[in-house]
Amino acid sequence: MPVSLEIVSPEKLLLSRSVDMVVIPASEGDMGVLEGHAPMIVMLRGGTIDLYEGDKIVERLFVDGGFAEVTPERCTVLANKAIPIAEVNKADAERRLAEAEAAYAAADKRDTAVEDAATDVIQSARAMVEAAG
Amino acid sequence: MPSLKTLRLRINSVKSTQKITSAMKMVAASKLRRAQQQAEAARPYAQRMARMMASLGASVAGSPTAPKLLVGTGADKVHLLVSVAGDRGLAGAFNTNIGRMTRNLTRALEAEGKTVKILAIGRKTRDYLRRELASRIVGDVTFAGRKSIGFADAEAIAVRIVGMLNAGEFDVCTVVYNRFQSVMTQTPTEMRLIPAPLPDIGEVAGTASYEFEPDEETMLARLLPQNLAIQVYRALLETNAGFFSSQMTAMDNATRNAGDMIKRLTQNYNRARQANITRELIEIISGAEAL
Repeated sequence: MPVSLEIVSPEKLLLSRSVDMVVIPASEGDMGVLEGHAPMIVMLRGGTIDLYEGDKIVERLFVDGGFAEVTPERCTVLANKAIPIAEVNKADAERRLAEAEAAYAAADKRDTAVEDAATDVIQSARAMVEAAG
Repeated sequence: MPSLKTLRLRINSVKSTQKITSAMKMVAASKLRRAQQQAEAARPYAQRMARMMASLGASVAGSPTAPKLLVGTGADKVHLLVSVAGDRGLAGAFNTNIGRMTRNLTRALEAEGKTVKILAIGRKTRDYLRRELASRIVGDVTFAGRKSIGFADAEAIAVRIVGMLNAGEFDVCTVVYNRFQSVMTQTPTEMRLIPAPLPDIGEVAGTASYEFEPDEETMLARLLPQNLAIQVYRALLETNAGFFSSQMTAMDNATRNAGDMIKRLTQNYNRARQANITRELIEIISGAEAL
């Protein structure tokens, strides 16, 4: 019972294949999507997307946040960046984390929207470091 | 009557101009292909984004706490025009059309008593507008010397626009760009960015009842800036593709004109040569008769 999964970045279609199950890092916790899932639109945090075929993970990708649209037949992930786990570079990830923390320190804390955005960037960078390690 | 030598020189100079223009045409054609591919690749994301926006926007639009990006500031006093055109010239009326449209829009808005601010994108746009509307320009962005434009560039512009909105520097934002209709036609178009026009639900199929996680408003607050960046990105890509097709057409015309000119000059040259020969013959014959 396949779900057709698409991962799209603003620049191009990154991945399009059908899988048995996909686990996406939704903002309020990981979410498994099987065929026949109720229609949902979810926000994603930085984390890994796991593609399952049968009981096995066949592919893992890191995404830096975005959105996902789930329908009974499809799962569409809109992400700015999606990198196969094997290609995530630890040094790169750590540099991003450092940059994010600096940006957070510089951000205007009185504006909750700005603070939230900065926190999300840190969270996404941390997930990237974890994924690399 | 120009001498044979000057004619020969002119023919040669037109010939070398023709070589340059035909080479530029070829380069533009290959760059156009790449720009078109890039624009094509960006389409899936934009379509899916529009689908989400349609189903989200419909559920929030009526509420009084709807974000500014969606409903605007409520006023209609200060307009921000984002003019997008090329960084380089030699592309026919491509850049001028945008400049002219921006100028007309500015005049029309100011006649209604509104304030206009301009964000110029592209070196040629900036230069053109600086001559005419310098006092309204609040900023400019150029990609001169860059190989290609990426989404990050669009995002930077979008962040700047959102920043200006939050600082209360304008009420309505419109982008002026060349819509890429085909390789032959690019139409200068104005597209409103803020307040964001919602895609019509009827147009976008399959927007059944979605559940949202987190709630609609949090989501919309994140989705709107992204959507703005996507719109800017689209304008940039269409401008890029349009620029090269316009340059290709312009250079094709120039090559053809040069060909016509060479033909005419060669004809003049031959006529002058013949006239010289005839004159020499007459001189020789009349000289012989006089003997």
